[in-house]
Amino acid sequence: MTQPFICWTAGVGAADATWAGGKAAALGELARAGLPVPRGFVLTTAAFLLHMDGVDPDGAARGTLGALAADDLAGIARAAAGLRARVTATGLPPGVASEIAPACAALGAGPVAVRSSATMEDSPEASFAGLQDTYLAVRGTGAVLDRVRACWASLYNDESVTYRRRQGTSEDGLAMGVVVQRMLNPRSAGVMFTRSPVTGDRSVVAIEGTWGLGSALVGGEVTPDSFTVSKVTGEITGRRVGVKLRVHSFTPNGQGISATPMAVPLRRTPCLTDDETRTLARVGQQVEDHYGTPQDIEWALLADSPADLADLADRFVLLQSRPETVWAARDPGPIASPQAKASDHVLARFSRRL
Amino acid sequence: MDGNVSGPRFPLPSEIADVPGAEGWRSMYPYFTRFQPDDDKRFWFYNSMHFPEPMPAFDTITAEVPYSAIGANTARVFVFPTTLGIEHRIVNGRVYITANPVTDPDEIGRRAAVFGERAGYYYENWDTLYQGWKTRIKGLIDEITSITVPELPEFDDAAVVTESRGVAQNHYVRENFHRCIDLFSVMWHHHTEFLMLGYGAYVVFFQFCKQAFPEISDQAVARMVAGIDVIMYRPDDELRGLARLAVEAGVDDLFTEGCSSTAVLTALAGRGEGGQRWLSAFERARDPWFNVSTGDGFYHHHRSWADDLTVPFAALPRYVAQVRDGLLADRPTEALRAERDRIASSYRDLLVSGEEKAAFDQMLGLCRVVFPYVEDHKFYCEHWFTSQFFSRIREFGALLARSGVLAEAEDIFQLHHTEVDQALSDVMLAWAAGAPPLGAAHFRPIVAERKRMLEALRGWSPPPALGPVPEALNDPAVHMLWGVTQQTIEAWLQPAEGEIRGVGASSGVVEGPARVLTDVNQIGEVRDGEILVCPVTAPSWAPVFGKIKAAVSDIGGSMSHAAIVAREYGMPAVVGTGDATKRISTGQRVRVDGDRGIVQVIA
Repeated sequence: MTQPFICWTAGVGAADATWAGGKAAALGELARAGLPVPRGFVLTTAAFLLHMDGVDPDGAARGTLGALAADDLAGIARAAAGLRARVTATGLPPGVASEIAPACAALGAGPVAVRSSATMEDSPEASFAGLQDTYLAVRGTGAVLDRVRACWASLYNDESVTYRRRQGTSEDGLAMGVVVQRMLNPRSAGVMFTRSPVTGDRSVVAIEGTWGLGSALVGGEVTPDSFTVSKVTGEITGRRVGVKLRVHSFTPNGQGISATPMAVPLRRTPCLTDDETRTLARVGQQVEDHYGTPQDIEWALLADSPADLADLADRFVLLQSRPETVWAARDPGPIASPQAKASDHVLARFSRRL
Repeated sequence: MDGNVSGPRFPLPSEIADVPGAEGWRSMYPYFTRFQPDDDKRFWFYNSMHFPEPMPAFDTITAEVPYSAIGANTARVFVFPTTLGIEHRIVNGRVYITANPVTDPDEIGRRAAVFGERAGYYYENWDTLYQGWKTRIKGLIDEITSITVPELPEFDDAAVVTESRGVAQNHYVRENFHRCIDLFSVMWHHHTEFLMLGYGAYVVFFQFCKQAFPEISDQAVARMVAGIDVIMYRPDDELRGLARLAVEAGVDDLFTEGCSSTAVLTALAGRGEGGQRWLSAFERARDPWFNVSTGDGFYHHHRSWADDLTVPFAALPRYVAQVRDGLLADRPTEALRAERDRIASSYRDLLVSGEEKAAFDQMLGLCRVVFPYVEDHKFYCEHWFTSQFFSRIREFGALLARSGVLAEAEDIFQLHHTEVDQALSDVMLAWAAGAPPLGAAHFRPIVAERKRMLEALRGWSPPPALGPVPEALNDPAVHMLWGVTQQTIEAWLQPAEGEIRGVGASSGVVEGPARVLTDVNQIGEVRDGEILVCPVTAPSWAPVFGKIKAAVSDIGGSMSHAAIVAREYGMPAVVGTGDATKRISTGQRVRVDGDRGIVQVIA
């Protein structure tokens, strides 16, 4: 079966992770579930593999990498750097480049995010999360073509290769997708877990957020605001306002993003109102309901805008969702079991020291 | 509760100085309420939930008798394994309490065997026993209501002779007074008969929920258990009915903001058939539903609606206006029940295992069995019975005033009940002897001095707690009835600047002008849109919840009445703040965050 080089994310789903990559599959799945995801397309593994046919026609370079020992750090560094240089220096296959240009045009003139979508990343089984690159606020088709190759090259980061060597993952047939997605200028952004990351409580949604782009939070540059919302009652049961000293935003008329000091009055102001917090928690609940298990979600809230976004929920977009893995791996066992009589619970409780 | 003597601590009882001008406060209270030297080693907290004001001498009976009854039931009757009773002390007119734990594992085990049999019997037969309880309590109410004070006329009734009773009226002065005291004690024994078992079932469910859902709010647990047809809503429902009738009968024009009950009732008598219809409905509602104290039944001056119509007549104009505008809705009981069941089944669905779900069903089921008692007993005990009790005592006060011992009937509440005994003996003797009683010279100066001291004591800010900080505070009664937890104690130790912390009892965030009420008799002053700040609220305050935007109280937990009523009205509430009434002034703009349990003074 021939895979297309490009596919709109709305057209892929969870089952397509093997050729679209996990991130694209998750975004497509969210879009299919009617959840708000920025418009974008994915360069499939077919595009990657075609490119690699040009970079490493006989697979010798990849074979060399795959033969290295996990603890041969110097050897890995040398071989991986060489391969990365060839991935970024080799021109894109004309058939791929010619499909990217019109797709970029279809996304409009604004900046895009170019995000790697690894076929093994973001799965509950093997968390490769964060090892591959993401490029924010990329402008112009030429820059996109460069960033796509940089994403591909990131599959051969020293850390990624070392990780694979340690896991014994074969380099043969390894591939990745790349998502190119409209990038929105959020007023606030962050992450949320549809169970408490601290206590594992499944009845709450835990939200963290900061002003501007979520990269400031993910990169640990701010102490985010955190909110806890009850899934059952919608009450905000926890709220801690962080001190958000910096804000990430688009570099005006240029590539990438810049980090600037946050305006003083907003540093200690919550980045979400109560209404927004509750609405976001409901969106998180919808994602969890769709997947059937607690999720780890990246979100953004678009800047206040006029009437076309009258419904608050329409101002939220989701940038990623993956199953929560930490608590899912723990099984504390039942905390209580039925007794012969209901009152036995009480008798037992008051018959030991409180 | 023993504390860690070398760690952080509150002022020690022995360090509390007498309030200037009230150095003689000890003379008002019995010796057994005084702090002892060894009490410095224990943790005590100010029971401002029940006793937010300095105690008049008579009113100490509302500490003495309840603590005598609750301890008897927990320690001696049901033999709770890990807790004995509550001790109380009075300093500068304020009641401090501590709970006595059982810590020796052998002793706990020995007690547990007895407890299992006795408590098990009550749980298994709860509904039947509770029905019997209601019958007994109503019997007590009938009896306290029917007690009379002898008139002591010049000549006794002829019937004493014709029925050869052989006992003259003056005997019944003491017997009937003692009967009042005895009935008060019997009522409190019954009050606490089910209390700890009822709350115990709740604590177990509560702790299960906290373990299964570590971040669940106290109020979410409470909402799963809350009854819908709760008797404490009935007085307010009666007022709504009266408001409807006022409009229907065409007499609604009389109910205007600030109207006086006397003026309205007088005017109604002259308003023909409509006025008569309203007045007879009013009389029917009044007995028994106006037997709600404007406080919590712990002070003689917290008069009931029946005694003092200020509260109902402060609420009626608003309800009448709502009827006219078509806005007065009944309590949406079906919607409330559906929401309660939705919350419970949502949490149940979130439980992972079938075993947990089955245990959840048992615990919640038991809570719902015991909750009619938990929610309704206060109406019967603290309100209906106690309103009648204080009315009878007041009638004995009137006898003392007629005899000249006291200047006025209310002065009886400045005497301890054992002193009232003496004053009544004086009156009995004087009537028999045909001589004037000697009490005026003795008691009148005492009463005057005590009133003066109480005024001085009123200005004292009692520390929220005394003594060393306890290493662990998880007494179920202390947590459930008083809302005092380890967190509360930490907040008491380190009050934050400009931020008042308590228990978030009902969710939401609002801002508005504060109305600080230190005395429940000021309840008529509350205006629309204000935020009520008070020491504690009671069921009879329900009508005022129709006016306010949020409620803040010094004392109370997630099951306190302020919390329950606020949730019902869907308004934010923060309870158990410790000292909000002292740190907030009427008119200040405050922000109440019922989710986080924080109150901030904005301007």
